[in-house]
Amino acid sequence: MKSDEATTVRARPEPIRAVPVRHPGRWVAVAVLAVLTAMFVHLLTTNDAFNWSFMVDKMFRPPIIEGLLRGTVLMTVSAMLIGITLGVVVAVMRLSDNPILRGVAWLYTWFFRAVPRLVLLAVFGNIGILWSRIEFGVPFDTQLGQLFGIDNLELRLFGFSSRDVLTGFMAGLLGLALSEAAYMAEIVRAGIQSVDPGQTEAAQALGMGRGQLLRRVVLPQAMRVIIPPTGNETIAMLKDTSLLLYVPVSVELFFQLDAVGKRTFQIFPMYVAACLWYLFLTSILLVGQYFLERHFGRGHGSAGRARLRLRGMNAETGGTPGKVEP
Amino acid sequence: MSELVVPAQADAPAAGSDVMVRAEQVHKSFGPLEVLKGIDLEVRAGEVCCLLGPSGSGKSTFLRCINHLEKIDAGRIRVDGELIGYRERGGKLYELREREVAAQRRAIGMVFQRFNLFPHMTVLQNVVEAPVLLGQEKKAAARERAATLLDRVGLGDKLGAYPAQLSGGQQQRVAIARALAMRPKLMLFDEPTSALDPELVGEVLDVMKDLARDGMTMIVVTHEIGFAREVGDSLVFMDGGVVVEAGDPREVIANPRHERTRSFLAKVL
Ligand SMILES: Nc1ncnc2c1ncn2[C@@H]1O[C@H](COP(=O)(O)OP(=O)(O)OP(=O)(O)O)[C@@H](O)[C@H]1O
Ligand SMILES: [Mg+2]
Repeated sequence: MKSDEATTVRARPEPIRAVPVRHPGRWVAVAVLAVLTAMFVHLLTTNDAFNWSFMVDKMFRPPIIEGLLRGTVLMTVSAMLIGITLGVVVAVMRLSDNPILRGVAWLYTWFFRAVPRLVLLAVFGNIGILWSRIEFGVPFDTQLGQLFGIDNLELRLFGFSSRDVLTGFMAGLLGLALSEAAYMAEIVRAGIQSVDPGQTEAAQALGMGRGQLLRRVVLPQAMRVIIPPTGNETIAMLKDTSLLLYVPVSVELFFQLDAVGKRTFQIFPMYVAACLWYLFLTSILLVGQYFLERHFGRGHGSAGRARLRLRGMNAETGGTPGKVEP
Repeated sequence: MSELVVPAQADAPAAGSDVMVRAEQVHKSFGPLEVLKGIDLEVRAGEVCCLLGPSGSGKSTFLRCINHLEKIDAGRIRVDGELIGYRERGGKLYELREREVAAQRRAIGMVFQRFNLFPHMTVLQNVVEAPVLLGQEKKAAARERAATLLDRVGLGDKLGAYPAQLSGGQQQRVAIARALAMRPKLMLFDEPTSALDPELVGEVLDVMKDLARDGMTMIVVTHEIGFAREVGDSLVFMDGGVVVEAGDPREVIANPRHERTRSFLAKVL
């Protein structure tokens, strides 16, 4: 009775068989691109200055691989770790109630964002010109001593030769990490500010202190906003390690490729090698970023992840049958 | 049990432990805007005090002053005899340190209009978090008690759920359990049901009634006249930053003495 009616109502109408709109423009574009591609390939293969075999022969040599591992990969990881840690500290200072801390944080981000990285690295690399030794102690000690009639008063706690410590890797790391911290501070600050103030209030009302509520309540929620731009920062950092050439840091990918090029008068092939190496490395990071963002983009308690966790939890506590979805 | 409200004697010295909250001449301004203009209020231990008033009259602000989420400009607030936010010595007031303020807040539970559950934690974690983090309880014991509390608010089967997976009424009941986990002496409710769909209001009010029956001292900002009449031991009507009228809820609701109270009640009843 009723099922007859249902079938007539539900009967599928005939599928649409219309003539699709033509796109002649697309075919023209394909033709033009094909010609351009052919020209490019011609360029790459017929010009001897590319010297492909030379490039392939040199770009995997041990000094270059060592430069890649230490000057590029290790430097990126270390500079980002220090940059993120310091960036969180600066961001928290920037949001504090203490006007002095706020001011210092503002000054820090202003300085390190205003000076170009390249210039910063050149400065850090040459700081040894200014002071041969870096010492920590009472400021203006000699001058103060003279006030009280003591000559050559020196109140120094400890010190080190800047040429020993602040050269190469350390100078480069300092330059990159300090500058990164300024950018990360802005990112972390935006992340913290994106969290509903009601969260802070609820945590305060429960009796949590500032540090506790930041660590347990605010920062975990700020992560959703912080993670994606941090991925971009990491990729930018990887590329910026090539600026270490100006410190200079010799155990570094671009420095090594550049050196080989200059030594052999085959500059161009080595620059092409640099392009290929950086393309390879950033592509790896891009893949990582894709998965990271997919993970964090799911957001708070959104069904998928929450259900997974729920399942884990039920398994852990023995589970309540019927509550767990298949 | 609830007929002991004697407004005429509100100024008499408190009989020590009997008084849970005592506010004297509380003033609070936001810039040029004076929101509280001298609030006096007394809530005895075990009492439920309902706070009524039109929007913008300063009810939330006053509630937030009680646990020092807002700093008051003048007056005194004492909870269980302890001055909130300050230490008085030799006639001088000293601001408390952050950790001391936090310690005072642990004894005062608060429930918000918009629940403010921690969205990245499960229901159970929401309740367990503060007692464990603040070293009040060992993890295992806290979990057990949290499960009991959640069972009591009717959510014993939602321990592993995330707040986003719950209805508003369920979220608010979790928020109540979360506050109770700190074993507060006093509970503050700021319009706990006004963000809820009408059919969910009852389940939250039931939990609150239960709590009142167990002798919890509560200050409740609400527009639920029925709740005030049934559960309230005292009713305070605020408008424009002052207490306009206070007394027994049934009395005030039945014959308001002030014109402003009358017109407000006419609107919400
Ligand atoms: N942080 C603040 N800064 C400035 N003004 C504020 C702040 N908090 C509250 N106010 C103002 O104080 C007044 C009282 O606000 P409050 O939230 O206490 O009112 P309420 O009685 O709770 O009203 P409602 O019923 O709408 O919740 C309002 O005019 C409000 O705009
Ligand atoms: Mg309010």
